[in-house]
Amino acid sequence: MSQSTITPSNLENSLSPSSLVGDRLESDSSILGEFAQETIALTKRLFIQLQRRPSTLIAGIIQPMMWLILFGALFYHAPQGLFGDDMSYGTFLAPGVIVFTAFSGALNAGLPVMFDREFGFLNRLLVAPLASRFSIVAASTLYIISLALIQAAVIVIVSGFVGAGWPSLVEIAAIALIIFLIVLGVTALSLGLAFALPGHIELIAVIFVTNLPLLFASTALAPLSFMAGWLQIIASLNPLTYAIEPIRYLYLNGDWSLSSVVMQTPWGDLNFGSVLLVLLGFDALVLLLIQPLLRRRFA
Amino acid sequence: MASAVLIENLQKSYGSTVAVKNISFKVEPGEIFGLLGPNGAGKTTTIRCLCTLAKPDAGKIEIGGLSVIEKPRQARKKLGYVAQEVALDKILTGRELLELQAALYHLPETGSKQRINKLLQLLGLEEYADRKTGTYSGGLRKRLDLAAGLLHQPDLLVLDEPTVGLDIESRFIVWDFLRKLREAGTTVLITSHYLEEIDALADRLAIIDRGEVIAEGSPSELKDRVGGDRVTLKIREFSPQEEAEKAKEILQNVPFVEEVIINQAQGNSLNLIVTHGNSSLSKIETTLEEIGLPTFSIAQSRPSLDDVYLAATGRTLMDAELAAAGSRDLKAEKKQQMKQI
Repeated sequence: MSQSTITPSNLENSLSPSSLVGDRLESDSSILGEFAQETIALTKRLFIQLQRRPSTLIAGIIQPMMWLILFGALFYHAPQGLFGDDMSYGTFLAPGVIVFTAFSGALNAGLPVMFDREFGFLNRLLVAPLASRFSIVAASTLYIISLALIQAAVIVIVSGFVGAGWPSLVEIAAIALIIFLIVLGVTALSLGLAFALPGHIELIAVIFVTNLPLLFASTALAPLSFMAGWLQIIASLNPLTYAIEPIRYLYLNGDWSLSSVVMQTPWGDLNFGSVLLVLLGFDALVLLLIQPLLRRRFA
Repeated sequence: MASAVLIENLQKSYGSTVAVKNISFKVEPGEIFGLLGPNGAGKTTTIRCLCTLAKPDAGKIEIGGLSVIEKPRQARKKLGYVAQEVALDKILTGRELLELQAALYHLPETGSKQRINKLLQLLGLEEYADRKTGTYSGGLRKRLDLAAGLLHQPDLLVLDEPTVGLDIESRFIVWDFLRKLREAGTTVLITSHYLEEIDALADRLAIIDRGEVIAEGSPSELKDRVGGDRVTLKIREFSPQEEAEKAKEILQNVPFVEEVIINQAQGNSLNLIVTHGNSSLSKIETTLEEIGLPTFSIAQSRPSLDDVYLAATGRTLMDAELAAAGSRDLKAEKKQQMKQI
């Protein structure tokens, strides 16, 4: 304990309630301005944490590299043309790794919130007059998206050097949009779980049983045509597939538009535009679902 | 003028555990109001309901005439909350934490920088402001939390057990600061299971036991109400039970002695209630001498808040503490609380 005591002072205005002294630091901003302010502050906290504890980011870059190298080597002697004409498995794999990396990061988004809950830090947020508790979701999403984009950039660059090809600027923007859509939904889902589950052990358990199965039940590692019929159905319902397939299409086809057919599901072909709509629908559904969890006690 | 806090018939259960059975009290603007009671009496649950962290099962809660249940967001603007366990992000510096807090209360950036500096200065934290809170001592953490709770100049500051786990020096710093707050016009509501804390600070208090208010008033009112003087008598430093029983029997026959209670938690010392102004310590000593018992120590005092508690519940606060410590399942309580957060 320090020796310094609190400066004695006569009647100290700054200790008086603002309603008495009238020098209220009142925000004159709209509810939207307030939402932005709290979201930016919460995001800043996450970035300060990242800056002072960068191990998550470093691991998050090393891991997809290992996926690329190990899975690439695993299928190194796959028969030529198995994944399409002149396509190496590395080229096939890169979009899968980009999406899976973003997905894993988003799935873990609830963990910091869960720890905040367990350590009581969340109380600090909940007793504050937040414009909306969705600012907690927004801050986590912004943070995870930034991480996912950094990771994706590294994967794109590394895969470019190993021969997967170089996407154009528009394609990069399209990839970023798709990452945004998948990260938003999964982050919201993870945060919903962080509010709903009793503790971090349970949350980790859910992450554990969701993470790899969703990877294997998507087209990240193998195309739909390789799969058993039932798995094709599951993979065609898996949001990851809806993020992987359009990115893969961008990688393989120089000319594309919103009406390009990017996915062939058991129940029909889907074009680029409708795949984006499915991802949007997924986000909307999750945000609606977690609404009651965020409002559980008081709005 | 509306009461600073109005709680009426508050009820709250966690599963089958009744945390708050029926609590009502009023806090007037500008006073320090104390909620006194043993651990597990329902103080924290009451505070959690007041601060919009838990939804009451029934009852009315108002802050400055505003219903906390109907208008939680407006209520949050009016109140500052300092939790029992200080939760700081240990990676952030003190200043960064206050900046985050300022943004959560939507203070404009220009004014809030100044205000943060002012509060850091008032709480003697300037030197530590740019160090990570993970390096702070308990006293520093509490002071930073106080600064955070006051950043938006709330009408009401709520502190749950503000000095639990603090060293004596920090404790006095906190007390001193709370008095200063009252002087500046902020209403302060504190909970405590320390008698001396409530006695030293509170203008008025409510004593809570097993989820109910058992007494409400100013410390002196409550003490006067129980009446009589208190004599604490030790035959030896630690007396055997039979000896204490024997002394009790003989002392009960002394005319000015109203009641004798054996305090097991204090080495079987005897607590006597005697008629105010009409008692004699030497008479007690000679009575004991007559049956061959010595007197190790004897002291007379006016009733304390503990006597108020004893009169209402039939046990001392310390006994209640000890009983609660044995029967409480902190893990299960934490689990129940997690369902609420």
